[in-house]
Amino acid sequence: MFIRLILRNAFRHKLRTSLTLVGIVVAIVAFGLLRTIVDAWYAGAEASASTRLITRNAISLVFSMPLSYEQKIRQVPGVASVSGANWFGGIYVTESNFFPQFAIQGATFLDMYPEFRIAADERKAFLTDRQGAIAGRKLADKFGWKIGDQIPIRGTIFPGTWTFTLRAIYDGADAKVDETQFYFHWALLNETVKARFPRRGDQVGWFAVEIRDPTQAAEVSQRIDATFKNSLAETLTETEKAFQLGFVAMTEAILVAIQAVSWVIVVIIMAVMANTMAMTARERYSEYATMKAIGFGNGFVAGLIFSESVGIALSGGILGIALTFPVADAFASALGTLFPVFFVSQETVLMQAAAALIVGVVAALIPAWRAAHVKIVDGLRAVA
Amino acid sequence: MNDASQDAALVAIRGLVKRYVRGDQVIPVLVDINLDVAQGDFVALMGPSGSGKSTLLNLIAGIDKPSAGQILVAGVDIAQLDDSELAAWRAAHVGFIFQFYNLMPVLTAFENVELPLQLTSLGRRDRRERVANALALVGLTDRMDHYPNELSGGQQQRVAIARALIADPSIIVADEPTGDLDRTTAEEILDLLDGLNRELGKTIVMVTHDPKAAGRARRVIQLEKGVLVD
Repeated sequence: MFIRLILRNAFRHKLRTSLTLVGIVVAIVAFGLLRTIVDAWYAGAEASASTRLITRNAISLVFSMPLSYEQKIRQVPGVASVSGANWFGGIYVTESNFFPQFAIQGATFLDMYPEFRIAADERKAFLTDRQGAIAGRKLADKFGWKIGDQIPIRGTIFPGTWTFTLRAIYDGADAKVDETQFYFHWALLNETVKARFPRRGDQVGWFAVEIRDPTQAAEVSQRIDATFKNSLAETLTETEKAFQLGFVAMTEAILVAIQAVSWVIVVIIMAVMANTMAMTARERYSEYATMKAIGFGNGFVAGLIFSESVGIALSGGILGIALTFPVADAFASALGTLFPVFFVSQETVLMQAAAALIVGVVAALIPAWRAAHVKIVDGLRAVA
Repeated sequence: MNDASQDAALVAIRGLVKRYVRGDQVIPVLVDINLDVAQGDFVALMGPSGSGKSTLLNLIAGIDKPSAGQILVAGVDIAQLDDSELAAWRAAHVGFIFQFYNLMPVLTAFENVELPLQLTSLGRRDRRERVANALALVGLTDRMDHYPNELSGGQQQRVAIARALIADPSIIVADEPTGDLDRTTAEEILDLLDGLNRELGKTIVMVTHDPKAAGRARRVIQLEKGVLVD
């Protein structure tokens, strides 16, 4: 009888309930989408490994470091492997085709980043071809690249048109791995730069440093930086996560705004839902008073309102969560590679469910309390 | 047929006072009421508007609390019960009939009548049997699956009477049970209440403005300005 009452009461005003449901669905989808955007911002940091450090020029990432640092870093106690890299910043056909390109020290880099999954033969083909390049699966799919394709990229930092042969396509080990990146041999970059601009040769943008024990990250970082103290290019070493978060921090104000808006949406729908439940309860005071007169307790009456409110909110929440996935996919497709990693995480789904539950509970609080505490004689006099 | 005057008092009211406080103003509604209602009696409470008859009915039914005095129903002073005890007591001892029927609009006639039985330990089969009997008693067997808005006023009040009877209460309280009905339907409802009292021995306390309705009771009690008038 309790469930029957809740269900029939919930659909007593079909239009009102439907509109409330639509409101909750839209709010939950919007909330999920905004949380996913925030997640996408943090994707780089989330995908970073605790065993990797990044060493860069202490002044700025814009300034490079001598290649000779590689050997010195490798000798620092606790360091397992070192791999240098440079940001290339080229343009493929038009500027709107932006994607990140890096010159890497192939073998050490690929060993250090096992989350980039490459077929053995493709890896070998890349390592043995100085003009070779690796592209992420999403990037290759976006431009329709196939293994063996020639990919011309116009350099901005390093002038000229650079033509690479696509030798490998990597897949991410999980959804958090960015599959929109492009890699080629640092050696190719270095020898070309040295030929054209000898003074810019043997320079590395940053070193990825693999350490043996992640708990020693702080100590190893200090040791590396101490090694280059008072040199022409002092270093700043930090965990890969801290390095990635440094980029996120540059846009922190936007992120805070997005997060605030996501919660404001929840608060707005909470107010709408609370208004709906208040109207609903007010219309039924006479019925609640009758039930109490018959012998039903205050808890039963409050339970009816709570269950109806939570039921509507959770139904809207479930529909909203289900809709978030196709909406997020459409959103990601529309934005192309702007957000390399864009997926609705389990945490987001849980937050959406929690938000729906909170909306249902909070919306019912005052109406349920009032209905439970209304004097029977006053309730019987109430006119809907 | 019961002879109510020979039975022990089911309801014994002693020194009952009810007053409302509005700001710094105290409004007396009932003043030193002493009243006995015998088991099997059918009492009509009459009086002008504001005389306190509905308040007295509410106090007897345990849906309001007195400012002072005792209300003994079957030996229990219900003025001393807390809210949850009172709710349990009402479920076991009181059947309600309201002027505007007060049925749950989302429940069928059958489900409305069944509602008080949800508070008992009766199984589904027993509940269904009882509800069927109660609806048969009020002549609505063929309307059991209808919702209140599919029934006439008289039929709704019959459902309400079946609901009031279903848990076999000690006392039935009726607040203007014919107030919203036309003369013919009102007579049918009064016939039904009369039958409940005479044939089933149900104790009924009814508030009414209608002298014809009051005439169907065994005893008429007049209230004026919160005081019983002989």
